[in-house]
Formats: sequence, C-alpha cells, structure tokens
Amino acid sequence: MTAAAPNYELIQQDGLETSLLEVSMGPHHPSTHGVFRMDVKLDGETVVDLKPVFGYLHRNHEKLAESMSYLASMPFTDRLDYFNSMTNNWAYALAAEQLIEIEIPERAEYLRVIMSELTRLVNHVSLVGFFVNDLGALGTPLLYAFREREKILDLFEQASGARMMCNYFRFGGLRCDVPEGWLERTREVVDRFPKFLDEYEKLLCENEIILSRTQGVGNLSKELAISAGITGPMLRASGVNYDIRKVDRYGIYDRFKFRVPFSEGDVGDCYDRFMVRMLEMRESIEILKQALDGIEDGPIMGNAGKVFKPAKAESYGRVEAPKGELGFYLVADGTTQPYRFRVRPPSFINLTVLRDMCIGQQVADAVIILGSIDIVLGEVDR
Amino acid sequence: MTTPNTSPSVELDDTTRAELERAGVIVSKVDFLYNWARGGSVWPLTFGLACCAIEMIASATSRFDISRFGSEVFRPSPRQADLMIVSGTVTKKMAPQVVRIYNQMPEPKWVIAMGACAISGGPFKQGYNVLKGIDRYIPVDVYLPGCPPRPEAVLQSLNYLQEKIRTQDIKSDPAFTEGRRQYPIPEFTGTDLEPPYNPDVWQPPANPNAPAEEEAEEATA
Repeated sequence: MTAAAPNYELIQQDGLETSLLEVSMGPHHPSTHGVFRMDVKLDGETVVDLKPVFGYLHRNHEKLAESMSYLASMPFTDRLDYFNSMTNNWAYALAAEQLIEIEIPERAEYLRVIMSELTRLVNHVSLVGFFVNDLGALGTPLLYAFREREKILDLFEQASGARMMCNYFRFGGLRCDVPEGWLERTREVVDRFPKFLDEYEKLLCENEIILSRTQGVGNLSKELAISAGITGPMLRASGVNYDIRKVDRYGIYDRFKFRVPFSEGDVGDCYDRFMVRMLEMRESIEILKQALDGIEDGPIMGNAGKVFKPAKAESYGRVEAPKGELGFYLVADGTTQPYRFRVRPPSFINLTVLRDMCIGQQVADAVIILGSIDIVLGEVDR
Repeated sequence: MTTPNTSPSVELDDTTRAELERAGVIVSKVDFLYNWARGGSVWPLTFGLACCAIEMIASATSRFDISRFGSEVFRPSPRQADLMIVSGTVTKKMAPQVVRIYNQMPEPKWVIAMGACAISGGPFKQGYNVLKGIDRYIPVDVYLPGCPPRPEAVLQSLNYLQEKIRTQDIKSDPAFTEGRRQYPIPEFTGTDLEPPYNPDVWQPPANPNAPAEEEAEEATA
C-alpha cells in the first residue's frame, strides 16, 4: 500500500507522517448482521469517519405492494423484519383497518397482543445473543438464546403453520384460531421464561468483559436521539420515556399494566441498550400473563372481504415493534390496490446515527455499536 | 461414471479379503476414502443474505445441531470454506459479490441454493432488483426450496450434498482436474446486471409455447 493511493491522505501526527486507512467492512462480513457495508476510515485503531452503504437487500417491497391487492401484501410484510413477522403484520393491518373501518373481535385483539409480545421475546433474546456474539463470546449465549427462541417458534408454528413467516394477521382479525391446548402451552413457555432470564442475566449482566467493552461505548445523547427520530429500545436507552404501546394504546394495550424500562442517565451507551432489552423482556412476560388470563372464547375474524375498494384516503398505522416504531403509510385511490405503500422502518432510521456513535471509537467497537442498534437488513433496505 | 464410488469394495474374492482383514488390512478405493472424508467435514461459509440465514443459523444451534453431520465449522473466510449456502435473496447489487466470493473459494467447492429467492427470485421475482436465481452465474449443486426452509430441510440438503460428494471420481471430476473454477463477475450497472447470465453455466429454458420454426416463417411471410 503506497501513500499515493487515492484513498489515503497524509496526516501529520506527533511529527510522524501517517496515513488514514480506509477499510470496507462488508457486504460479506460476519459482524454486519446481513449484507451491510461500512466504509470506515481509520487512524490507527480509531474510527475517524464512517459511511454506511446499504441497498444490498433492496427487494422493492413498496413497488411490489403497489401492484397487488391490499391483502396480498400481508405475506410480504413478514419478510421486512424477518425476526418479527407478527408485529409487521399488525402494523400493516392497523394501517389498512383504518381505511375500511372494521370492528375487531375481542379474542383476536388478545391474540394479537400475545403474538406480538412473544415476538418481542424472540427478537430481544436473539438480539442479545448476537450482540454478545459480536463481543467475541462465540457460541454459548447465542445457543441459549436460540434454545428459547425455538420454544416460541414452536408456538407460532402451531398457530400459523410457519416458524418465521407467520402471515397470521388479517384485516379485521386473524387468519385462524389457535389450536386446542395452545394457550396452555403458551402459559407453560411464559412461566418458564423468567427462569431462563435469571440465568441469562446472571451470565451476562455483570460479566466483567461485557461491562468494560460496552460501558461508555457508542454514546447517544438524548437530544440527538430525539432529533434523529430514533425510536424503540434505542431511544429509551438514551433516557426518553417513549413507548407507542403507552402513547397510542393501539389494540387493547390500555388494559394491561406494564412498565416501560428506560435509562435514567443521559449516557445512552451500548450497555444501556443491552439492559433496556433485558428489562423489556420481563415486562413482556407480565403483559403475556395478563393477556393469557384475560382471553376468552369468541370469534377471531370480523366481516372483512378479501378484496375491497377503500375510498380515497390516507392512513398511517404504527406499532411498537421490537426495534422501534414500525409504521405503514397507505394512500388509497379507490381501487383494490394501494396507490402508495410506504414503510417507516425502525431499523433504517435508527441506523442513521451510526456514524455519530462510531466516530472516535475503536474499530472493534464499531461492530458492537452496530450490533446494539439491532438492525435487520430486510427492513433497512426493504 | 462406470462404477459408483459409494461402495468401499474393490474386486477381491472373499477368501483374500477375509485373510487381509485378519491381518489388519482393509482394502479400499482412494475415491471412497477421499469422498468419505470430504463428505464428513463440509465446512460452510458464514454467509447470510436474508431471511434464510436465520434458519441456517438455527440449523447450527443445539436443537438441530448440524455438527452431527460434520458441518458445524462455519468459516467467515471463503478461503477456508468448502460449501457456500446462498441463504436468501440475491439482489442485483449483491450478485457480483456472491460470484466474487465463490471465485475465492478453493476447490473442491459446492453450492446450496437455499430458499425460493436464491433458486428463482421467489416472491420478489416480479420486482426490478432481484436476481432470478443464483444459478445464472454459478453452478448450484443442491436446490433447497422453502420460504424459508426449515432447519431440518437444511440438514437434508446437506445429506443430499454428501450423497453427491460420495459419487465423485477424483480422476475425472473437473473439481480435481481443472483447478479452481472461476466465473466472470457480472457488472452491476445501476439498473441491471451485465451480462444477464453466464451462458457457460445457465441457458434460458426453451419456451414451450413458441411457435415451431415453420409456423414462425409462415407468420413472417
């Protein structure tokens, strides 16, 4: 490598001539959580500049959705954030249900809450596994996480027929009722989950290496988080008490008692983001217990047709997805297809502060910071 | 191939074989030994593209445990990998990198096209930015359908691949005789890939509805 190569510029440092090193991390890199590229400029080990490059998984969701009926887009929403198909379904259903104004049966509302809280458990538990994996703990925590994930995926499979791409929600309710004994099995899984969380917290939360690698790394100030439009656990880790489940109270979330964990300090480092997710899982369990107590028999589907023509209108439906505010913006033009279909992806908008968080950090920490944002490229690139 | 290499036996009469075995000698084919070893330690590349990658990871975790089949060693570097599991949607922007990574893998190398997207474009086939099957640029050994396939299916596809490996003939297989296979890397022009497919690897299927040549001539005349 010569100093005359185009990407290197000479800088003076302590009387020595050194040069900035430009490294392209990705799109095939084990730490980028998919096909994502970071063009990092390094001064020694320190990140001087970072440019995120995405688009490697752009699957033209929005364009496809504009050429098919409203309901036909439902399976495509599964594939946006492929960890959390249930919450994606819900956000889209909320948006479309505003267009056609339909009553949702009680049992369906309960099942929607149960499904999306189970999804949150799946997402957070896997995220923590991957996050610790990025720190270098190859194996154990991720394997524990996936062990628990499998138990919940089994429940999804029994209810919807698919492990990951559930395609379970419909406008006005759900595709089918849960099978016999499903609620009991869910209660079993939910009751056992805190025991796993205790074990997981004991293993990770006070681990010396995790503390020293994550505390004070990738700080995100409250002001920047708010002005950049960050949502979800990442915003709460920066000290803002904002949860759409509390703000909008969509579905029947106003019936449940749960707390919103957020960081009291104004640091917003990787450890905060990690801890907020650990605490959120406990609250999800509380919601699940209340929902499982409250659910009663009844119909699961309102009377919505499969193909419908909403009047000219706009609608925006949003939920607190495990990664942040997931919204669907629909423009109806009176036909069976949406005129405009827009996704507000939490991963993508949370990713916009990556550069601000990484500058001045070590290159190995950039990997952790990216891991703590919790991105899924299917949703970033759409 | 005249004799499949799936059997360890060589042509020996039973008495000779029994005598040799009593003396602690097992007579086998080199092919069998090589293929047995290769099939039992296929190292996949840590290469996740989209949704299917999660199921690929799940197949390596404790419940499904791909290490039962000798493939738990996921290598991040293509230089150390034998098997590329194309796990997910290959977009036009990503296709050149996929081919490049394939070119970097040493022989012998195999490819599993995992999921509907990697096979044909899957649900996104109608879109403008998705490659309609990775087999247009690199040869695929096993097609694994599903959206996404279950981890059990990943294991089964690995078993199929092992079966295929067991039939390889070291003397004639191009993987061993021709050196490292490398294919031209397509260029992403911003809107499309140039060329749209590699004619050495893939040819567009014949259109069954196309008029026969005579009819076409009549129609033009």
